[in-house]
Amino acid sequence: MDRQIKIIEILRRIAPKPIDPSPEESLFESGLLDSFTLVDLVAALESEFAIKIPDSDLTPRKFDSVVSIERYIQSRL
Amino acid sequence: MAYLRAFGSYLPSRVVDNTELATLVGADADWILRGTGIRERRFAAPEESVASLGARAARDCLESGGLKPNDVGLVLVASGSGERCFPGPATAIGASLGIGGVPAMDLPMASAGSLFGLALAADLCPRYGNVLVVGSEIMSRAIRLDAASRDTAVLFGDGAGACLVSAERGAAEITDFLLRSDGEFSEALHMDQASGLHMDGRTIILQASRKLPRVIIELLERNRCRPEDVAAFLMHQANLNLIVRVAQALGVPEEKFFQNVDRYGNTSSASLLIAAAEWRRGLEGRLSQPVVLAAFGAGLNWGAMLVGGGHRDV
Repeated sequence: MDRQIKIIEILRRIAPKPIDPSPEESLFESGLLDSFTLVDLVAALESEFAIKIPDSDLTPRKFDSVVSIERYIQSRL
Repeated sequence: MAYLRAFGSYLPSRVVDNTELATLVGADADWILRGTGIRERRFAAPEESVASLGARAARDCLESGGLKPNDVGLVLVASGSGERCFPGPATAIGASLGIGGVPAMDLPMASAGSLFGLALAADLCPRYGNVLVVGSEIMSRAIRLDAASRDTAVLFGDGAGACLVSAERGAAEITDFLLRSDGEFSEALHMDQASGLHMDGRTIILQASRKLPRVIIELLERNRCRPEDVAAFLMHQANLNLIVRVAQALGVPEEKFFQNVDRYGNTSSASLLIAAAEWRRGLEGRLSQPVVLAAFGAGLNWGAMLVGGGHRDV
């Protein structure tokens, strides 16, 4: 749960407008993130969670919701 | 040694601005500008072909260099939107120039094709003499101008660029280049004869935002050159936001990145050479500072080229 809170904090920081995503909500379909904020999100996740995201994992579906981001980060820790 | 000797370009006369395109695809003109940095693009006339656009750019290139078609020893043509699977437009461009018999090869690679063509030309010019590299695209016939395809329809335009690579002399020596390919994401951007262009824009932006700065830095470092030493960056004109991201990643001012994507949109393989031709028109004589050319596209294929400076340790 703490990790989800941290992910939402990151999303709020990089999103161009105020957002309040629910854990399962698609960040792209709902228009909360666009292609370029996705680039910022990946960089912020690497920095905040001290992980290295390889190019092979740079696909939107891994970062499409708070839950999917949390699941991915767990796999990299 | 190989040199960039002359550049040329050709843009169709029909201008399609965001207001006209927005009506066709059910989008908002301001949304197109905000998301892409594109204000307008060119669409080819019905009687024009990928080969005819390329031939116009090739002639412009030869004229700007004070050369004749017979001075060309090899033609390399990058295009992903040729009207036929084969032959590609290379032989037709050679025939249009009146140099039948001169070898002409196609590089059906789309956006990174011109950069790969320049790199091949650098290696081949000692054998063939002057190598004419052409990038030519009619993307308006590859996209669907409807609401379902609006995310990709708003990006593309038509045009052609050309560059003559010489083993003898030119404005700048090609110091070094790095080419990279990775088929893992080939499905993210492809074009089929039947279904047209498909692009997963988010994946492409993610991959390009990381791979482009990395390949440029790797190229500069191995040539003892820093980003701040580079006078100008000439990139494939895909999206203004991507160009800005690459500038930020390299820590150099955006102003060092030549851009004309606002006027022509993404012309795929043609864009790098159109940008180079327009950039070069504002300058005279030999280049006194390093310049970097870089491109990224379907394949995935990407790379960077350093001209006019740096020194590679052997």
